[in-house]
Amino acid sequence: MNLFFHIGRYFELMRRVIIIPQKASFFRKQVIVEIDNLGLKSLGIVVIISIFMGGVVTIQTAFNTDHPLLPIYAVGFATRQSIILEFSPTIISLILAGKVGSRIASEIGSMRVTEQIDALEVMGVNSAGFLIFPKIVAALIINPALVIISMFLGIWGGWLVSAFTDVLPLSHYMSGIMLEFSEYDITYALIKTVVFAFLITSISGYFGFYTKGGALDVGHSSTKAVVFSSIFIIFFNLVLTQILLA
Amino acid sequence: MIKVVDIWKYFDNNAIIKNVTASFEKGKTNLIIGQSGSGKTVLLKCIVGLLEPDNGNVFYDERNFTKMNIADKQIVRKELGMLFQGGALFDSLNIEENVMFPLNMFTKYTKEEKLERVNFCLKRVNLGNINHLYPSELSGGMKKRAAIARAIANNPKYLFCDEPNSGLDPKTAIIIDNLIREITKEYNITTIINTHDMNSVMEIGDNVVFMYSGEVWWKGTREDILHSSNKELNSFVYASELLKKLK
Repeated sequence: MNLFFHIGRYFELMRRVIIIPQKASFFRKQVIVEIDNLGLKSLGIVVIISIFMGGVVTIQTAFNTDHPLLPIYAVGFATRQSIILEFSPTIISLILAGKVGSRIASEIGSMRVTEQIDALEVMGVNSAGFLIFPKIVAALIINPALVIISMFLGIWGGWLVSAFTDVLPLSHYMSGIMLEFSEYDITYALIKTVVFAFLITSISGYFGFYTKGGALDVGHSSTKAVVFSSIFIIFFNLVLTQILLA
Repeated sequence: MIKVVDIWKYFDNNAIIKNVTASFEKGKTNLIIGQSGSGKTVLLKCIVGLLEPDNGNVFYDERNFTKMNIADKQIVRKELGMLFQGGALFDSLNIEENVMFPLNMFTKYTKEEKLERVNFCLKRVNLGNINHLYPSELSGGMKKRAAIARAIANNPKYLFCDEPNSGLDPKTAIIIDNLIREITKEYNITTIINTHDMNSVMEIGDNVVFMYSGEVWWKGTREDILHSSNKELNSFVYASELLKKLK
């Protein structure tokens, strides 16, 4: 099946997904459940990766910008900008594409192969909207929160490196992270995060929803969901960066 | 009553269902039988709307289901209950939540009323004290009974069962068969059962449609089967050497 077939079928699915839910109270409950499943259960990995990456970015920047013409506080500045502009929104979204994307595709794919989606359809439930829309809404709510947490922790990771190693003095790191802060950087990062959240959940939902066959095919769908979510995140990262920062 | 008129369904230009016309009566257990690959599951999916027939119409009490828009179809679907081959209970919900699901979605009952209805349905299928168990904790027969409870929770007018006995031992299979027939008579619903289990046919087959190579090959009652001279039907019914000798 060619690319255009998938693109067409994806938009056709989204037309069924993004509509007013059949039962608002049920939908609200589902969103809360999905915020827990997709967001809060990813908090651990986000915390660990952010702290360590913040530390590593600080060390790498310090070792690679060791030049008499560059002020030492530039390390802190570069760390902050790297974390806010790229690491937290893009890398964390790629990690979530792996964790959350595979979960969504395998969950919905398993429901497809065990006829649970058919059961929903026969009952008169819009299965696409019922299964995928709460996940999209939950990710749009919780992913920006995760990314903001990641920003703080990443910068704190750099602080830990400065405070407990001799890579650079803590005062210079603190001066650097407070230098020329632009609020628009946060807006830019959050816009990217929201777009990536939609891509992860909708693409993974698409591959799960159209799973055919058995357990092996659920695995294939899950892999495809992660691969295509990641590709589209990278592609939209380029597009959005050009649009929002150029 | 459900009527299907001149149904055709193709997959990759191969006709899987050919010119199927049949009617399924209210208050009776209507069986679609045939060997694997004869098209009975595809026909059932066309009837409930999981597949769109390429030609022909499906009527639910004179309402043309095939020609309806999505919104009207959803109204009709609220009148359907379906028992799937594997039960198709929702893994993430316990049995109580599974049976309550259609009530949560489509009724305005209070929580107490819903719980009362759930317990009534579970009791009706002889399942007690399993409200808080999950589908993975149940045996095959219990799953089927829980799925029947879910199918009847919202008082359906039409009940569909796809291979209700698959994977069950003969004794449990008969219990499930009798349960379906009792529910059909008790609530006067139109029931269509897809099966290739001859025990089921002889036990509960009020009306039987035999499918062969995607076509309706024979129609009658379970008694008529015993006296039929239809070659393909006899070959299906008396498949084993023992049964051939008995005939």
